[in-house]
Amino acid sequence: MEKAKKRQFGIIATIVLAAVIVLGLMWATATAKKNQEHQDTLARVEKLGRIVWGVKADTKLFGLMDTKTGISKGFDVDIAKALTVQLSKQTGVPMSAEFVPVSSSSKIQLLKNTNIDGTVSTMTITPEREKIIDFTKQYFDAGQSILVKKDSGIKSIKDMNDSKYTIIVVVGTTAAEETKKFAPKAKLLAVQDYATGMQALKAGQGQAMSTDNAILYGFATENPDYQIVGGTFTHGPYGIAFDNDQGPMIRETNKALATLKKNGVYNKLIKKWFSNVPGLDWHELEAK
Amino acid sequence: MDLLQNNFSTFLQGFGYTLLSSIIALVASMILGTFFAILQILPQKWVQKVGNIYVQVFRNIPLLIITFFFFLVVAKLIPMNGFTAGTIALSLYTSAFIAETVRAGILSVNSGQMEGARANGLSFWQAMQHIVLPQAFKIALPSLGNQFINLVKNSSILAFVGGLDLMYQGNMVAANTFDTFGTYIIVALFYLVITLPLSYYMQHLERKLKHAA
Repeated sequence: MEKAKKRQFGIIATIVLAAVIVLGLMWATATAKKNQEHQDTLARVEKLGRIVWGVKADTKLFGLMDTKTGISKGFDVDIAKALTVQLSKQTGVPMSAEFVPVSSSSKIQLLKNTNIDGTVSTMTITPEREKIIDFTKQYFDAGQSILVKKDSGIKSIKDMNDSKYTIIVVVGTTAAEETKKFAPKAKLLAVQDYATGMQALKAGQGQAMSTDNAILYGFATENPDYQIVGGTFTHGPYGIAFDNDQGPMIRETNKALATLKKNGVYNKLIKKWFSNVPGLDWHELEAK
Repeated sequence: MDLLQNNFSTFLQGFGYTLLSSIIALVASMILGTFFAILQILPQKWVQKVGNIYVQVFRNIPLLIITFFFFLVVAKLIPMNGFTAGTIALSLYTSAFIAETVRAGILSVNSGQMEGARANGLSFWQAMQHIVLPQAFKIALPSLGNQFINLVKNSSILAFVGGLDLMYQGNMVAANTFDTFGTYIIVALFYLVITLPLSYYMQHLERKLKHAA
């Protein structure tokens, strides 16, 4: 009797547990799907009176977290602030800007889940990404380059096409894909963020770090033993990204961006962030 | 399903590295853990202290920091890649927990066992090896099983240092396909392929040893 009771309890417990797991999974899938359903971003931000922007937290000059205040600072952050002001003027709805730190690998998922409304995060416009999210016109012109130690003897990415070299990239960046095309024989080491990448480079885990020149300049200013060599070998302008099919939001943002470029706010921000970078001709970045 | 088919070789490679790292770390942490467990119960006070410091250091520092220490600091002196650095860190970290588990096992073996063995002419080490440790392991088995499963899951730390493991490959696939949700479900299933048989085997071993007693 005792044994039968125990067995009965075991069976019931197993069924209940299995049911909980199955229902939980179903609920999670349903939530994920619901989040992916189409929502009009412009309508949402107007209704809530705020735009949540995803910005970088580990990228000097664009979005670097101030550890004292916990707020990111940089060109991207200022552009997002200026855009929010301009969008408020255009739509007649007062909106505030909020910032959420994102990483290269998380930003698309956060857009899809509507955790963030839009992202200004050194994001290169690519055809693959355009299939699943929407980009505005470019807000910054960038291209991929490599950062190496000054005495390494490496002159360009072509020198690195050898299996004895390791190139450090960040997961989820275009550099991770592009590097394979330009140095197919070199090994790749993908790390989670730029700060770790720089540390790994210093520790000798790789001979070069590759990503957009604009980001590398930030590291070169802080680490005088390292330099950017060979110029840029790709052309990959940055765009502001929203979820897929956000026609109205893209239109309004493009309009706001054009206004910022015309009224001098854009050039003022370029000067603020890039005029002190050694080796970079910041006048080339200005809107004409 | 397409996701799995298109990236099957990637997932499989990651699975291989995770399995390899887990096996190496399991063996290494078992040996180190037992060694430091014994150190802590030896009569000499200073030896106990050494064992205790080892355990406290590696048990109380996050695994990620130990890993980065080997990957970024030690690698400057002794060149090592992410896989090596991660596996070493994982072995040391787990060995601290195993040391505590095995020590608890040894302490719960009746002290009369050791005294009896010594009285019968066995040396301390002989008694330890043939009389005390086998009983200690049997007592410690359920919590050892826990540690082993934790070890397999903790091996995902390799992803942070480019260790080519399952989690690393999962990150790459998620970044390329943009299907984060689907990718991580597949990664989770691959982990279950290792951990479920492991936990069943530990349970089986427990039951077998119980009957043997």
